[in-house]
Amino acid sequence: MAAVTVDHISKHYGSTAALRQASFEVDPGELFGLIGPDGAGKTTLFRILTTLLIPDQGQVRVRGYDPVGEYRKLRRLIGYMPGDFSLYGDLTVEENLDFFATIFDTTIEANYHLIRDIYQQIEPFKRRLAKNLSGGMQQKLALSCALIHKPEVLILDEPTTGVDAVSRKEFWDMLLKLKQQGITILVSTPYMDEAGLCDRVALIQQGQLMKMDAPARIIEAFPKKLWIAKADHPYRLLLDLREWSDLAAVYPFGDSMHLTAHSDDLDETRLKQFLRERNHTSVEVARANPTIEDCFMDLMNQ
Amino acid sequence: MKRFFGFVRKEFIHIFRDKRTLLILFGMPIAQILIFGYVVTNEIKEARIAIYDKSKDAVTHEITDKLLSSDYFRLAKTIEDEQQIEATFEKGDVKEVIVFESDFDEKLHHEQSAQVQILLDATDANMANLLQSYTSGIINDYSRHIKVSSGNMPAIKPKPRMLFNNELKGVYMFVPGTMALILMLVTAMMTSISITREKEMGTMEVLLVSPLKSVQIIAGKVMPYVALAFLNGVAILALGYLVFDMPVHGNVVLLLGETLLYIIMALSLGIFISTVSPTQQVAMFISMFALMLPTMLLSGFIFPIENMPWPLQWLSTIIPAKYFIILIKHIMIKGTGFVFVWKETLVLLGMTAIFIGLSIKNFKIRLE
Repeated sequence: MAAVTVDHISKHYGSTAALRQASFEVDPGELFGLIGPDGAGKTTLFRILTTLLIPDQGQVRVRGYDPVGEYRKLRRLIGYMPGDFSLYGDLTVEENLDFFATIFDTTIEANYHLIRDIYQQIEPFKRRLAKNLSGGMQQKLALSCALIHKPEVLILDEPTTGVDAVSRKEFWDMLLKLKQQGITILVSTPYMDEAGLCDRVALIQQGQLMKMDAPARIIEAFPKKLWIAKADHPYRLLLDLREWSDLAAVYPFGDSMHLTAHSDDLDETRLKQFLRERNHTSVEVARANPTIEDCFMDLMNQ
Repeated sequence: MKRFFGFVRKEFIHIFRDKRTLLILFGMPIAQILIFGYVVTNEIKEARIAIYDKSKDAVTHEITDKLLSSDYFRLAKTIEDEQQIEATFEKGDVKEVIVFESDFDEKLHHEQSAQVQILLDATDANMANLLQSYTSGIINDYSRHIKVSSGNMPAIKPKPRMLFNNELKGVYMFVPGTMALILMLVTAMMTSISITREKEMGTMEVLLVSPLKSVQIIAGKVMPYVALAFLNGVAILALGYLVFDMPVHGNVVLLLGETLLYIIMALSLGIFISTVSPTQQVAMFISMFALMLPTMLLSGFIFPIENMPWPLQWLSTIIPAKYFIILIKHIMIKGTGFVFVWKETLVLLGMTAIFIGLSIKNFKIRLE
């Protein structure tokens, strides 16, 4: 049986649709990523799964329970980390963890093995007030608090937003370890590079799930040739390329541009010639392998 | 149960780590009671009075001298006929007019008794009461003095008369009134703010996703405030009794019991406010305008309810503090038992039930 089943759910806030006919399943022990820009509906979806919102339409089951009718049973089984800082800033690290253990009728000692790897990193600061921790440490504490009652399903809403690159990497290492313990994890993120670490990802935009597969298979299915272009003046390069009607899409990617054409007959010579005509210097042009971000940009343009 | 106490413990930590909360909880009640107390027991200095001496003999001159030689009074006007009295009061020049009856000396020595009428502007009830007692004190002192020296039994009888507000409502009001106000503010405002703070901080989201029942969340949040507000109530009563000689004629247990009931009523009101306010600011705003002003103005604390126009009188019947003030005055000043205050107790109980019912109906187990 699937750990999470979402069947054609829709949710409206007034006349704005936050979710439109979204359906997917998550297998037990899977690390499932929900990728999409701000306002795509990720938080709404997670709030429905965590019993906090009721969908207008559709069926949801988490571990076989209905978040609407059986919310009380479900609330014992899920660990939830909301997008915003959700700890008590005026409580110390240890007091926060102890509080969340207590309200789930457990103790830090009983489930220490689950959080050991994460908590050890912040334990030296356990007498510090949570509000005085760095962003990365706050997220580690929040994850510890969400895990302390040994949840079967862990739902993390943008856990790495606003966290430095090193802490982000550490955070994902922890998620992979938790996955090995058999915990089903649903995580949302606006960072495309994190998508590659999930077993499966779903791309979501404007409340609609656009594509769902293993990251490698999504990349394989990229339908076009992808080109990479670089020159001395990146911004002028971007503007010039965007004016060229042969190209389907142009977007900045680091310090270079990624581009796709309408047809497959675009080649290096034509590209270089185009750029030379516009007086670009140090022009470099090459074929590139698509990343998950390219796939997402392509889907967004459709 | 362990869950619940864990929650209460967390709540106490919130309170004791926040200096502003502590200040409101403990600084405000003490400051208020002292301020109100000071205003009420304020000493008189050079109050402007007028004298209408119909007799103008040696005794009346002596009494006048004695009055004016104290620092308390200053002669602002000498009145020569009856009509002037009212005009003088209406102008607001003086707070008190002293009228010596005619043939004062003669009556005092032949009839053993003479009258001094003390007319007071009682629009400021507390001030009028003070002036009256100071004046009477000086006159009685003089009266005893001539009695001792002459061996006779002459008596000067001061006859005070309060004008404009002859029942002197307002005296002894400040302890019950301040108590009603402070307990209402501390409990209703603080609980509504502390609950909405969880909503605003996003921690309510995590609490909701936990197995805690909504009753546990609410009870856990208000429990510390019951204890602290009760402590406040006792402190106010003690201050009133020890510093300002507020009498406690009635049963202390009944008094504390009614105080606890009022606190619980205010808490349920606070919970209700929190269920309808999305942010701390809204909660604060509602508490200030819906609780503080009516409690001060419409409860009978500052203005007597009997003198209000009927729409305000009608409105005052839904102000909980009104009933608490009546209760406390009955128990403290008149020393009456439960038999005489059961109606007010019942009203407070009813209000508590209504607010708790509304809160349960309004409390959201989800985010919307």
